[in-house]
Amino acid sequence: MSAETVSETVVPARAPWSGLVRAGQFLSIVDLGGNQAVDFLLYDAADTDLRYSAQNTVAAAGALFLTTGSVLRDVEHRPMATVTADDCGRHDTIGGACSKESNTLRYGHQAWGQHACVENFLHEGARWGLGKRDLTGNVNWFMNVPVEDDGCLGIVDGLSAPGLQVTMRAERDLIALISNCPQINNPCNAFDPTPVKAVVTAADRATEGGGRA
Amino acid sequence: MTGSASAQADTPEDSATATTYAARDHARAQESAATVADRSWVPADTFPDTTDHPEGQRLVWAETVAGGGYAHKVLAPGAVVELTDLEGESCAQLALFWAGRPWERLCVADTVKVQWNAYLGAGALLLSDQGRALASLDLDESGRHDTFCGAATAEQNRERFGDGEPWSATPAARELLKLAAAKNDLAPRDLPPTVSLFKGVKADPDGRLRWTGGAGAGARVRIRAEAPLLVMLANTPHPLDPREDYTVSSLRVLAWKDRPTAPDDPLWESTPEIRRALSNTAEFLGAAA
Repeated sequence: MSAETVSETVVPARAPWSGLVRAGQFLSIVDLGGNQAVDFLLYDAADTDLRYSAQNTVAAAGALFLTTGSVLRDVEHRPMATVTADDCGRHDTIGGACSKESNTLRYGHQAWGQHACVENFLHEGARWGLGKRDLTGNVNWFMNVPVEDDGCLGIVDGLSAPGLQVTMRAERDLIALISNCPQINNPCNAFDPTPVKAVVTAADRATEGGGRA
Repeated sequence: MTGSASAQADTPEDSATATTYAARDHARAQESAATVADRSWVPADTFPDTTDHPEGQRLVWAETVAGGGYAHKVLAPGAVVELTDLEGESCAQLALFWAGRPWERLCVADTVKVQWNAYLGAGALLLSDQGRALASLDLDESGRHDTFCGAATAEQNRERFGDGEPWSATPAARELLKLAAAKNDLAPRDLPPTVSLFKGVKADPDGRLRWTGGAGAGARVRIRAEAPLLVMLANTPHPLDPREDYTVSSLRVLAWKDRPTAPDDPLWESTPEIRRALSNTAEFLGAAA
């Protein structure tokens, strides 16, 4: 932990996390155990109506996957955060969050009792006054969702590994909301949800030799 | 306000609207003289062209939405909405809500993920964020749709066309959908990601997006309401449309009463995911009935 570190939190498997990331600060997410999907939303701390828009992010980039240089945009098309470093190389914008409700469609009603990312978003979002109406399509860090030529898409085995991390710079004051994905019915967490680490720093730890966790 | 040339009289003596009585006559003469093609018909069964919609099905919505326009309607379960790209340059940005409980709304991520397909076509469902079918695509003569890019914003239209405000010549889809939302007592935060109909995008293996344009004039899409449905749509250029001009033509909307998909319809058992989504909707409606 360097003097530049604002906060450093190990997010337990299956749990949520949220935090304020000030303009110019950096947020790193470290995939401690490897192949752990991290569902992620951003809100403008001054006006939470301005939240991450997967569709504006994708339309502006003309590309589905996030990596170094990708700009996360809000619902009005303005930059919220810029990915400054990425060890994994590909992150998902289209798969959204798992929910108890969608699990009944994807796997059957026997999956209803399982914990899910939307539960985490609702629980953690409530601390900031965010509710059901504030949820939208999210980023899935470290999740691999290819799209075939015929449109077939799906969550397949991940490209991440223990210790890989992604870092983004906040372009304004942001509320970051994380669900450390508890899904056990598909390979997004290698069928074994594991802890991740959320680190807020005043400078870019990747470019300043902060190293990996 | 727009007025006919005859209302722009040079002198008060020539004015057709100088008195309340004359102004009333002037206003009342407008309907029978109108030649505007982009308009709504109320009652819907006064819509003059009956070639397309099935015989015997009573129209409940008939409207031609101009390029840069928007529309919204509440429909009963089973209603079928037919959208027609009349001249080949319409692009419908579609948002759906469960009527009366609008916090349950179209979830584009679940729509593509649950059904294992990013490209909409006949036999696909439009899913809510609560694991239920909001609507099903009955007919697709276009095959050019997009779930990735959503509705263009005012900011984006300012960059592309110089303006994106609703009163400009180049309104942005999101600005129009905000107005449709406001008329249903909803706010911008209630607007979900949308799907685009009649203008398509494809992804290559690296995730790069490629504009595929439209399918030409006359293509139709039919959307069946599987639940009580609040439909909002804006007819505006797709965000990735590469053309420099704001290019969008009229979109015709017809809707008629029919019934929701039932267990003996082929769609019901077409995939396990579709069966469970339609079952979840039927279960919810049955419990509340």
